[in-house]
Amino acid sequence: MSKRLINLENISKSFDGNLVLDDLNLYIRENEFLTLLGPSGCGKTTTLRLIGGFETPDKGRVLFDDKDITALPPNQRQVNTVFQKYALFPHMNIAENIAFGLKIKKKSKKYINDKIKYALKLVNLDGFENRGVESLSGGQQQRVAIARAIVNEPKVLLLDAPLGALDLKLRQDMQYELIRLKNELGITFVYVTHDQEEALTMSDTIVVMNQGYIQQIGTPEDIYNEPTNAFVADFIGESNIIDGLMLEDRLVEILGVKFPCVDVGFGKRRPVDVVIRPEDVELVAPEHGTIEGDVTSLIFKGVHWEIDVMANGYEWLVHTTQMHPVGSHVGIKVDPFNIQIMHKPESSDERAVEMDA
Amino acid sequence: MVKKTAERIYLGLIFLFLYLPIVVLIVLSFNDSKTRVQWGGFTLKWYQNLFDNSMITNAFGTTIFITLASALLATVLGTLAAIGIHAMRAKNQAIMLGATNIPLLNADIVTGLSMMLLFVRFMDLELGMATVLIAHITFNLPYVILNVLPKLKQCNQNTYEAALDLGATPLYAFFKIIWPQIRAGVFSGFLMAMTMSMDDFSITYFTKGAGVNTLSTMIYTQMKRGVIPEMYALSTILFLIALLLLLAMNFGSSRKEKMKMRERI
Amino acid sequence: MRKLGRQLLAGPYLVWIIGFILLPVVVILYFALTNSEGDFTLSNILAIGDPIHLKALFLSLRLAVVCTVICLILAYPLAMILNKTGRKRQNLIVFIFILPMWMNFMLRILAWRMLLNNNGVINTLLETLGLPTLNIINTSTAVVFCMVYDFLPFMVLPIYNSMARISQDVVEAARDLGAGSVTVFFKIILPLTLSGVISGIIMVFVPALTSFAISDLLGGGKVMLIGNVIEQAFNQQFNWNLGSGLSIVLMIFVVVSMALMSAHDKEGGGAGVW
Repeated sequence: MSKRLINLENISKSFDGNLVLDDLNLYIRENEFLTLLGPSGCGKTTTLRLIGGFETPDKGRVLFDDKDITALPPNQRQVNTVFQKYALFPHMNIAENIAFGLKIKKKSKKYINDKIKYALKLVNLDGFENRGVESLSGGQQQRVAIARAIVNEPKVLLLDAPLGALDLKLRQDMQYELIRLKNELGITFVYVTHDQEEALTMSDTIVVMNQGYIQQIGTPEDIYNEPTNAFVADFIGESNIIDGLMLEDRLVEILGVKFPCVDVGFGKRRPVDVVIRPEDVELVAPEHGTIEGDVTSLIFKGVHWEIDVMANGYEWLVHTTQMHPVGSHVGIKVDPFNIQIMHKPESSDERAVEMDA
Repeated sequence: MVKKTAERIYLGLIFLFLYLPIVVLIVLSFNDSKTRVQWGGFTLKWYQNLFDNSMITNAFGTTIFITLASALLATVLGTLAAIGIHAMRAKNQAIMLGATNIPLLNADIVTGLSMMLLFVRFMDLELGMATVLIAHITFNLPYVILNVLPKLKQCNQNTYEAALDLGATPLYAFFKIIWPQIRAGVFSGFLMAMTMSMDDFSITYFTKGAGVNTLSTMIYTQMKRGVIPEMYALSTILFLIALLLLLAMNFGSSRKEKMKMRERI
Repeated sequence: MRKLGRQLLAGPYLVWIIGFILLPVVVILYFALTNSEGDFTLSNILAIGDPIHLKALFLSLRLAVVCTVICLILAYPLAMILNKTGRKRQNLIVFIFILPMWMNFMLRILAWRMLLNNNGVINTLLETLGLPTLNIINTSTAVVFCMVYDFLPFMVLPIYNSMARISQDVVEAARDLGAGSVTVFFKIILPLTLSGVISGIIMVFVPALTSFAISDLLGGGKVMLIGNVIEQAFNQQFNWNLGSGLSIVLMIFVVVSMALMSAHDKEGGGAGVW
């Protein structure tokens, strides 16, 4: 594992009396693509701005390479930011925008020109030097914003929901571009988004946040397959989240039916949340199912069918490649390995428990 | 912290600069002394004299009349004009708007003089209330047109045609569909025309003739002869009226609009 | 064809434009280019070369420049402070700032006369404190004081508006790329408010250049601006041809200064956002 480049220690921050971050702890490793993921207002952008130097925490420290940079202004930090709405300088052309940081560092003219060429090539905008900002499309402006940041050779690139304003197709293209850029540059990316698909596609590490607390930190696979609580399960992809009763180790009762599972250590007869991904629900002949139900809705989604099955008072969401017409009677089966058992939060406050990885 | 204090002091000095003259006038209006700035005790007699002075009350009446009448007529004429201009092709629009900008850009003294020449030498009109009214309508019109036209541009053209399609007469369609969408622009144009008209001196001065005076020209004449203390009382009253009007008008958004409009030119 | 009906609504206004906007310009041009017998002449225009007229024109230009510069120096920091204050207080400050503008123009001049008179408020105050008194009234200084007072808001509001349009993101981006406060000001804030500065300059310079009432009432007949020369040509010498000729010269100066300023604006990188 590479070393820890940025450490956020016991960070608290509030605006106008609203606590946005509460005792947050997080480290970011060198060369990783780390994504802060969560709904709006979860504190992800504030976290990014703390690293960029645009906010100072009320409590806690920001360490960069083991040095305390909590009070260091943004212009003295070795990080650069790509802003959500690009924030290109409207009174400068593309080359001048990109040269801005280099001129401040008093680099030679030749160095600056070479850098501009290199950066524009990197973001596939060769020859755009003398274009005005206004003449560029949203996607092109975004690339210029990235070029402007990376010519300064930052150790960390901060990206604040940079694809949010682009249309779907462009967004998908840019996701691959960003992965390529990250690999070519070999630097750390910290990425903020509320789009779980973006996070799953690009990240090495995902930090799921809600209401100022970190909910889970892990690889995309971990986050998707082993959500630690109902919030993460619900936020990442679609899920069936059902009230259950943990009867004993490896046996859970859902909707009055016993399902074997693989989880242990919950104690006996404990109420739990059971999470089952829609693609993990198998539809079989009624007599082979653990539970029986009727198909109430059927929608073709291209690669799969989305089917709702009403069984024992719960509407199960199922993704499958096999068609089952509305009204057909089916059996539901779930592999024990695909059943996720989670503690029930005891109060709404504990729903947002901080988890330090 | 030091910076904050410096900013406060700067703001304070600017406001002192802005309000000191006004405070002086208000204080003098209660001063029982004719010898300018020596304090001779508190009195309200200048206020009494003010209401007995027919020169001042006449000028006040004329100002109100000219302001309201010119703003009203300019609003009607200007709103119709804006609708007409909006329906024109781009080239004709540009010509009309170019002409509309002339009174805005020209120096007031030149506008006033050229209108005076027109009235006296070309049209053989006697200077008086009518010529002042025409002059005021003329410099009020651009403010109305430039306020209404953007609202018309925001209107969806199809809504008017949809109304006609559904059987409305053009007049009915205008009042039911277009009017609600441009009402705010017409109103702020009217307010702006009023403030411009009320504050004007130069153009009124050259087009008014002998018998007619607005407050501006009356005060000018008085100041050339020697100030009478009733002027201070008048200042206090006008300041209070301005304060109340501005408070009523939602923190002076229309003045700000006027600034924006002048900028756009 | 239906549109033709609506275009006709502009008919009365078209008549008004021809009658009361274009015709006056033609009439004043006619007077400027003829003598009292009605014969063509350029002498009314060339009369600007007369030393007295030239002196008045230069004084007008000088005072207008001084007034504009003072307004700019006062207004820019003010706009910055305004832009920084919170929304609620900002409305209040703008309100306080605009209120004096609603006082009658003439009464504002009167107020300055009472302040600056030889036995006015300021001198009475200085005397009571045992300080030497000032002799400002009837000088160019008094005229400039009052012009700044009258025209300052015309400088503040456009600058403030252009400043309020700068997105906080852009400032943060500059900081992020290594710019300190000084660099942010000169490379970002100043260029992006240039358009506001320019309309402020136009809106202060033109009325300052062409005013005659302020110099008339605070200059005591000793401060002769080009506006006073024109006014006197009409109202005292009754030489309307001369007055018209000088008016045309003044108009040319106004148009040229506006053209110069807007040309500069375009060179400045087209920061014009309106």
